[in-house]
Amino acid sequence: MPKKGTKKGKSADDEPKEQNKLPEHLEVQRTRVVCKADAPTEGFQYAGAFAAMGIDNSVSVDKFCKNFKVMVNRLTEDDMEFDMIGIDASIANAFRRILIAEVPTMAIEKVLMVDNTSVIADEVLSHRLGLIPLDADPRLFEYISENDVPNERNTIVYKLHVSCKRGSPRLTVKSGDLEWLPEGSQLPLASPAQSGDKQKTYTSFGQSQKDIFEKPLGVKFKDITIARLGPGQAIELEVHAVKGVGKVHAKWSPVATAWYRMLPEVVFREEIRDDAAEKLVKKCPVNVFDIEDLGNGEKRAVVARPRACTLCRECVMGPTGEQVELRRVRDHFIFTIESTGALPPEVLFTEAVRNLEEKCERVISELS
Amino acid sequence: MEHGSLEDSSASTFSIAEEDHTLANSVRFVLNQDPRVAFCGYSIPHPADNKVNIRVQTTGDPAKDVFKDALQDLIVMCQHVRGTFDNAVVDHRSNISAQQMDIDSNSQGCGTISKRLYQMLTSAPHSIDKTN
Repeated sequence: MPKKGTKKGKSADDEPKEQNKLPEHLEVQRTRVVCKADAPTEGFQYAGAFAAMGIDNSVSVDKFCKNFKVMVNRLTEDDMEFDMIGIDASIANAFRRILIAEVPTMAIEKVLMVDNTSVIADEVLSHRLGLIPLDADPRLFEYISENDVPNERNTIVYKLHVSCKRGSPRLTVKSGDLEWLPEGSQLPLASPAQSGDKQKTYTSFGQSQKDIFEKPLGVKFKDITIARLGPGQAIELEVHAVKGVGKVHAKWSPVATAWYRMLPEVVFREEIRDDAAEKLVKKCPVNVFDIEDLGNGEKRAVVARPRACTLCRECVMGPTGEQVELRRVRDHFIFTIESTGALPPEVLFTEAVRNLEEKCERVISELS
Repeated sequence: MEHGSLEDSSASTFSIAEEDHTLANSVRFVLNQDPRVAFCGYSIPHPADNKVNIRVQTTGDPAKDVFKDALQDLIVMCQHVRGTFDNAVVDHRSNISAQQMDIDSNSQGCGTISKRLYQMLTSAPHSIDKTN
């Protein structure tokens, strides 16, 4: 538990304004996780935790809406970081779990192997193909179930036909060699069709996908190595990509990863000066601290970059351990999403939130 | 599916198929914030079963109603998160494009960016829309 006494902590400005203020050490327990040298300490969370002191610790929807904030720190085509303030870990974690396991994407599910004389085994090759990120918006597709016929709305077909000529150097097969077949499969089904009939293939596309989708459904990265062929070796195959979710297989996960961390907060219990300050600055591997010159040769340590803190606890171990307090803000999350490319990260997050809403709606309708 | 008793509607266990910690823990949090709830917890009876049991005991109100209210609250919270997030993204985009114009007109480059970025990171969020 944090000790009472003089603390130069910055006041928690994102906390709801209450008529009654909790004593500072209790306020810290309520809103922070304190990281000691050995282990973090947990505080109280439930709604009535401080009822005896006239403090309401509950979060009503109104209160939540008033306090919730989002700030985007970085947003690129396939990666973003934002601050989410005023939300409980359980809900932030729900978003993270949904992002990883339940937001759908398209991925290669079936491989029709015509010829594979390369050294890489069929099943290994298929697995590698499955993991290739596709540049297709999953929201435009439908799920395919076991008995469904593959059609233009639930399947994307690619062809891979590469060979290495005898006498030529080794050939590297890249994901860019996959050729999109907007008209569907080109492989005929076993029995030959009657003359005049259209040859039956493994898919039955009603119309060309070129007419449905604005942009071609290629692969996201053209430079992923799939296999290497020696002279005289060849691969010929056709793959079918379908819609799925990450909990079935990680190849459908739309994120490389999605994670959050609580905002670190470094507080000095007492001033750290001169030599001790120098030592503290040196000790921190991520340069959280700076030295402030006070004039006439005196120096003081200041917390300059608390966000960089990785909570390695180096500063709370050893001689400065008593002077430095390391905390995390319980309801402030630094959320990072790295997309694999099918959807931009901001769309992924919106989809994840919508997914949680749909879960709730489903349960409500099941109960009534 | 609800498991409760006929005489006492204030305590029930809700068994939800095809759900896991994602929904159960969120709903548990929302329920625990409700003053009508005396106890709420959840468990996954077996890791191989794809279901969760959520136990709700109230101070008198029917557990089913309280549970449904919690789900409804969670939906409202999600909608608010979505709206706020979309606004923040729009804000960020407009800030970035404003910065780009700054850099074009002012050839100092890097210095301007980091200063702006710093301001952005330290300033309060701009507008929070309560509606979706």
